[in-house]
Amino acid sequence: MTLVHIDKAHKRFGDNHVLRGVSLDVANGEVISLIGRSGSGKTTLLRCINHLESLDAGRITVAGESIGYREQGGTLAELPERKVAINRRRIGIVFQHFNLFPHMTALENIVEAPIRVLGTKKAEAERYGRELLDRVGLADKADAYPSTLSGGQQQRVAIARALAMRPMLMLFDEPTSALDPELVGEVLDVMRSLADEGMTMIVVTHELRFASEVSDRIVFMNEGRIVEVGPPAEVLAAPATDALRSFLSRSSFAVPGRS
Amino acid sequence: MTAVGIAPDIDEDAPATIRPRRNRWRWVIVIVVAFIAAQVIYGLFTNKAFRWATYGQYLFSEPILDGLATTILLTIIAMVLAIVLGTLLAVWRMSSNRALSGFAWFYAWIFRGTPTLVQLVFFFNLAALFPRLGIGIPFGPLLVSTDTNALITPMTAAILGLGLNEAAYMSEIIRGGLMSVARGQTEAARGLGLTPWQSFRRIVFPQAVRVITPATFNQIIGMLKYTSLVSVLSLGDLLYAAEQIYSRNFQPIPMLLVASTWYLVCTSVLMIGQYFLEKRINRGAMPTATRSTRLRKTEAMA
Repeated sequence: MTLVHIDKAHKRFGDNHVLRGVSLDVANGEVISLIGRSGSGKTTLLRCINHLESLDAGRITVAGESIGYREQGGTLAELPERKVAINRRRIGIVFQHFNLFPHMTALENIVEAPIRVLGTKKAEAERYGRELLDRVGLADKADAYPSTLSGGQQQRVAIARALAMRPMLMLFDEPTSALDPELVGEVLDVMRSLADEGMTMIVVTHELRFASEVSDRIVFMNEGRIVEVGPPAEVLAAPATDALRSFLSRSSFAVPGRS
Repeated sequence: MTAVGIAPDIDEDAPATIRPRRNRWRWVIVIVVAFIAAQVIYGLFTNKAFRWATYGQYLFSEPILDGLATTILLTIIAMVLAIVLGTLLAVWRMSSNRALSGFAWFYAWIFRGTPTLVQLVFFFNLAALFPRLGIGIPFGPLLVSTDTNALITPMTAAILGLGLNEAAYMSEIIRGGLMSVARGQTEAARGLGLTPWQSFRRIVFPQAVRVITPATFNQIIGMLKYTSLVSVLSLGDLLYAAEQIYSRNFQPIPMLLVASTWYLVCTSVLMIGQYFLEKRINRGAMPTATRSTRLRKTEAMA
């Protein structure tokens, strides 16, 4: 069953045509890795899915529902921000720079949205929040402020915060790019276990090894278009285009069996 | 040149002794400052012109305490008005709506650009410009109206003059605070499904307050003293009460000391309040974590 449906999405920033007709269907439970060099439009595509960026043309639906737009006689009318907020409730997003709320403890970060947005009782939100902290291996950090946590710990709290809304889809925007190399593993481990539990995930990443091990399909973007899509074994081992070949040769990644 | 290798140990048992830096001038400065302080204190007690008896007689007198109450009340009302209006102006200034941002800019331009004293007198004389104030149809008749002179008492003129002027300054302070909150914070809030209002109220504003608070206390302390300008409207604030008394007893020095004492008491209370408030709102804030100096290079010894 299709969860995310992207149909000929276009996006411009001024003269810069960032997305040039991107179409992609993501099935329920699927893990997608979006790869491509910087400026290829992968982060913009991810941000369009939960309407952190608006579209200029085309359509994106999640579970059959347009995010940020209302169907109006063949055109899509942009909704006011407070209505978009309702659309976003079940789409989690994790950012490159974590963006934890610095004036709140780890647990307060996690329970804020369930309490304010979903109206969950405080006790219940905190119980589930502690369960999530335990799941990302930070049960003892509930009362710690973000400034006292390492980058890897902050990102794991950020993942728990997104999970607290019980999302049906998780978006990751280069979740390990801002981390010291020795902290990347702990975040990828959490993501790997999420994928194993059947969470639908779209991950913008430079971690090709992670992408090849965890994702069901790899999407390679170049100059605002999807150039190659397929299982990691096909896409990474036998790139069909020069663009992907040169991208792979520049990254230090080597697929086993590929010379 | 010695060969590169293991540094030769001079003595394994006794580490080198260290003598902290000495500041010979420190004691000279202490003596000079102590001497000046002694001189000042001696002067305070022996100079008859201070007239400490008069000071003591009036410090807790009724007109002075009434004036103090007016000063405190005026400061509180003007600052509340300034903070509420200043927040609105700051948000409008940052709005993508040109009419709102233009209005906020114009407001700051007018109220920061003309003297506070002029504004006070202007509001006091509003009746000369608009004899009647009321609510009605734009460009049409007034439905409810009242005599301007009945509405604009010295107190309301003072509140408007000081509050509207201060709002222009507060809006810039608040705008600076709001802009200091990283863009990612709003995005994270939106990404979690918070509405724009929830995101402002719960995420952006509490962080902006950390930046806004020190400057706001600066403004409150300034306002406490600025209220003395209202003596031009014959409004009985603390300084006006003191002036009234020394115009009769011809002893300005002790009366000004009485007023200054109360101003100092108020500002001291404010500074203590600021200390505890900042301690509370700065939870979770830490100075940038110090990075370990792992790449510190040691110079080769030749």
